[in-house]
Amino acid sequence: MAADVKVSTAETARAPITMVQAINEAMALALERDPRVLLFGQDVGVMGGVFRASDALQQRFGEERVFDTPLAEAGIVGLGIGLALGGMRPIAEVQFAGFLYPALDQILSHLGRYRHRTRGRFSLPMVVRAPYGGGVHTPEQHADSPEAVLAHAPGLKVVIPSSPERAKGLLLAAIDDPDPVFFLEAIKLYRSERQAVPAGHYTFELGKARIVRPGNAVSLFCYGGMVEVCMKAAEVAAREGVELEVVDLETLAPLDEATILDSVRRTGRAVIVYEAPRSGGFGAEVAARIAEEAIYHLEAPIVRVTGWDAPYPPFTSVEHHYRPDAKRVLAAVRKVLV
Amino acid sequence: MPTLQYVPPSGAEFGELPLTTEELLRGYRATARARFFDERAVTLQRQGRLGVYAPYRGQEAAQVGTTLALEDGDWLVPSYRETAAAITHGLPLSQAILYWRSHPAGWRFPDDVRMLPFYIPIATQMPHAVGLAVAGRHQQERPWVVLAFIGDGGTSEGDFHEALNFAAVYKAPVVFVVQNNGWAISTPTERQMANVRIVDRATGYGVHGVRVDGNDLVATWVAAKEAVARARAGEGPTLLEAMTYRIAPHTTSDDPGRYRDEEESKRRAAEEPLVRLRAALRSLGVLTDEVEAQVQAELEQELKEALEVADAAPDIDPAEIVEHVYAEMGPDQRMAWEALGGR
Repeated sequence: MAADVKVSTAETARAPITMVQAINEAMALALERDPRVLLFGQDVGVMGGVFRASDALQQRFGEERVFDTPLAEAGIVGLGIGLALGGMRPIAEVQFAGFLYPALDQILSHLGRYRHRTRGRFSLPMVVRAPYGGGVHTPEQHADSPEAVLAHAPGLKVVIPSSPERAKGLLLAAIDDPDPVFFLEAIKLYRSERQAVPAGHYTFELGKARIVRPGNAVSLFCYGGMVEVCMKAAEVAAREGVELEVVDLETLAPLDEATILDSVRRTGRAVIVYEAPRSGGFGAEVAARIAEEAIYHLEAPIVRVTGWDAPYPPFTSVEHHYRPDAKRVLAAVRKVLV
Repeated sequence: MPTLQYVPPSGAEFGELPLTTEELLRGYRATARARFFDERAVTLQRQGRLGVYAPYRGQEAAQVGTTLALEDGDWLVPSYRETAAAITHGLPLSQAILYWRSHPAGWRFPDDVRMLPFYIPIATQMPHAVGLAVAGRHQQERPWVVLAFIGDGGTSEGDFHEALNFAAVYKAPVVFVVQNNGWAISTPTERQMANVRIVDRATGYGVHGVRVDGNDLVATWVAAKEAVARARAGEGPTLLEAMTYRIAPHTTSDDPGRYRDEEESKRRAAEEPLVRLRAALRSLGVLTDEVEAQVQAELEQELKEALEVADAAPDIDPAEIVEHVYAEMGPDQRMAWEALGGR
């Protein structure tokens, strides 16, 4: 796997782009570089996807390589598995992560298991992309965050980018990866930020957490849409002279435990932030690992800031009470700093 | 659409068969081999030399005839009952034995055997067959054809529906064989579906549909040849319903006496494929005592050698449990591997 590349000044001179544009660029590059790469899903062809992630790609690469599917998630994932078995490198888009559930049999019974049950004969170099998470007033069941279900399944990799630059490099790495990768894209981040992103092909290593803001008081562990929330909290805290360390997990499976433990051993305090329901969420895994391996470094109990143990609310005027924000993160920080 | 049949259960009074003498002998040999393996597998299971096994007695023609229609480069996609199809398609007997022994060496099929692994979760193989078939169009000029198996019970699953629909939309070169053996463990076909003619669904999907006497090797082979040719020519998928009967229990752990009248099962067993094939080929003079004896001797020898190979497989290293999760072990697999004594 290629290490992080240096971003040349010539490349950063072009106009900043959004995360959804960065994802589009990554897929265009992958389609261009490797004839085995195929892209498909509901409405990804002519329409370019409901979020326009595949905008203009069918026109550029043709209907054989970028195509629409019938409206059936199990069929989409199952088709991709078959394509991968036949030597292709499929990228499947599931329209919303909350619509993944019909495909769970394919995902849990086969996608993560195929290499194991064929003792290495077959690998499934497939990427399943799905927009996830809340914060943008979507209709009911469009805002789920099912990452813990996926990270629990052996054999799957689960990657969640938090910025345009990271999204492009991580998606290109996921497409190159010999194993199946779930690539969950926070809907909230699709267009919320523009960033200078290198024009060419580059990759970031999967399986590595990343310290996005160093600090010494408390470690904030987060990913995807929660990274900007934690960064905001860290800015506020810094004004009061409290330096929070923000750790973007980025890859939930396989998890970079070493970076998590290293951070906690330095700060002695851990707050874990995720927008999925609290119980059994991925942050519980992070908390368990800290408790198992670094409990004697802790100065305070581990605290989670999460969605509540209720379905993500379709009541858009109050959804901000469900999804963690900087205020709730700061309340947790105060709790562990007592 | 009438049910295609060339040789009736009596094995007598049939018209001209659209297969050469050489093909008829090849078909007999493959069917006899499938029966021989199944009988011995059940015995081996009772002796504790095989794990839980899914017998296919009575379904040999449905599996062997359709599989023989495949050509070099074509793919087989089985459920768990397709050991007959698998060994016909080239899976070595030693491999089948090790698979049913739950030995990891049995799960690594040889690279030159173009088949996917046996599938336990019902109908989940169907969309894979479609993807594999579509991939063939990208990979080579002359597409490979995919032969995918499912049972009557499996057609109730959503994956069956989605796969048929996807295949039709993409005109994928795939042949879906439904072995309608009358039973999904204890549930008879008439309680599985209101219209027991599964082939009728072909119309709904816009795919070609054929119903054959699945216990007539000539019919299954001829129908599958046509379906494979259609697929290869770009004319799209076929739903081939092979009418057969599950004479044996669901698996070696099952007791059919709890749910079906075994007198009826005995009557249906009279329709089984090998008896009629032998009678037909003997009446044509294609099959003789000498040929039968020779085939039997070859099968005994092949199985003896396969058992020697299987018995020589090394003990299973517990650390193998966490191998092949990813291409490269992640830190969590490495930890588990070391805990299991991996070196």
